[in-house]
Amino acid sequence: MTDGMRIVALKFQLNGKPVEMECEAEETLAEVLRNHLNLNGTKVSCEVQVCGACTVLVDGLPVSSCTYLAYEARGKNVATIEGLEKPDGTLHPLQQAFIDDFAFQCGFCTPGMIMAAKALLDENPQPTRAEIIHHMDGNICRCTGYVPIVAAVQRAAGVMAKESKK
Amino acid sequence: MMPLRRFQMHQPKNVAEAAEMLAHYGEKGRLYAGGTELLLAMKHDLLRYEHLVDVKTVPGLDKIEAKNSSLHIGGTVTHRAIENSPLVRERLPVMAEMARQIANVRVRATGTLGGNICFAEPHSDPATLLLALGAKARVQGRNGERTLAMNEILVGAYETALAADEILTAIEIPLLAKSQRAAYLKFQVHERPTLSLALVLDVDASGNAITKARAVVGSVSLTPCRSDKADALLVGPRDKVEKQLADAAQVLAEAADPGDDLEGSAEYKRHLTGVFLRRAFAQALSGAPR
Repeated sequence: MTDGMRIVALKFQLNGKPVEMECEAEETLAEVLRNHLNLNGTKVSCEVQVCGACTVLVDGLPVSSCTYLAYEARGKNVATIEGLEKPDGTLHPLQQAFIDDFAFQCGFCTPGMIMAAKALLDENPQPTRAEIIHHMDGNICRCTGYVPIVAAVQRAAGVMAKESKK
Repeated sequence: MMPLRRFQMHQPKNVAEAAEMLAHYGEKGRLYAGGTELLLAMKHDLLRYEHLVDVKTVPGLDKIEAKNSSLHIGGTVTHRAIENSPLVRERLPVMAEMARQIANVRVRATGTLGGNICFAEPHSDPATLLLALGAKARVQGRNGERTLAMNEILVGAYETALAADEILTAIEIPLLAKSQRAAYLKFQVHERPTLSLALVLDVDASGNAITKARAVVGSVSLTPCRSDKADALLVGPRDKVEKQLADAAQVLAEAADPGDDLEGSAEYKRHLTGVFLRRAFAQALSGAPR
């Protein structure tokens, strides 16, 4: 029987840029992002895939990076909150909408909320309110309340639709 | 962050190699698919494994196919793939609807159908529906292949009939006949269902009588449960069956024998069984064949 991997040779795209590194087999994507790559925008809270604070996108799909092995990112595209703004510092329409709609107070859940919402809008640019609620159901906020968050996603969808027509 | 304990990751090239690895490592190893149950339990140190065998490196287990009037869903197919599969949505919409309701969007993106069944979490959405649909699990180990019905593979909470070296390769689900109607409903306030209820009805040509029924209540006890006696009460002219729904629910709940836990009291779960059987009955008969 051949030995398994203790160390994983990891190559992936992170926010559009190539990353080549080694990690241990049991390291989670959140640990690699926060501890090795110093990207602290991704928050970790429940560690049981319930709260959504640690949401990042892998090949466009939202995953719980707290319990998603970095091993799984081999050859894939990983997107985090740090990659959303444009090089000139312009915020992504979702980030701007969260500000405009006061969709955060403490801000701890916000990176996960925005990444989850991005996955939705990339797949379904004009979601209904019910579709937004169904999609965002697994992201928990404990201070803002959900009404402004849903409003921000709706606003961002509108802005993005206008931008894509330009 | 709570770190995971150290382990080695193994990448089998085929099912036979995966079975060899599982046999070799015994209790120190476990098959790993989406990790949406396993890694959480490992992180909380409820389970410890020194070796994980990544079944996703085995080619061909991620396919969804229709053959011989049944749907074959490979063991590593994700809930999201089931939810979005045009084939499942067209041929067995109740399965796609159920998948759409599992946990949350992140779990659906990585969690697999095979993993869900093999982890045997009592609060499983798929297990309840699959038992009602008469689905079977194809499993393969070093000594060959066998097929197990849902009530054969699921033997207890977090407990299956799989041998240490066996791998669930696919779930086979008979497609519904034109005369059949199905519904899946659940009650959920936490991250997993408090109660799940699946119902499959055969109706006569007039649509006014039920000729065969299969009701399953899940999440209220260790494994999803059905009862011949309850199913018998669901057969007959529609108006007569409607009057017997409460009795059928009572018999079904007795068979399931729910316990008191954080999801609610046994009495509450028996009550919910009645509420959801009634709703599932109405929903199953309201729509086109599913």
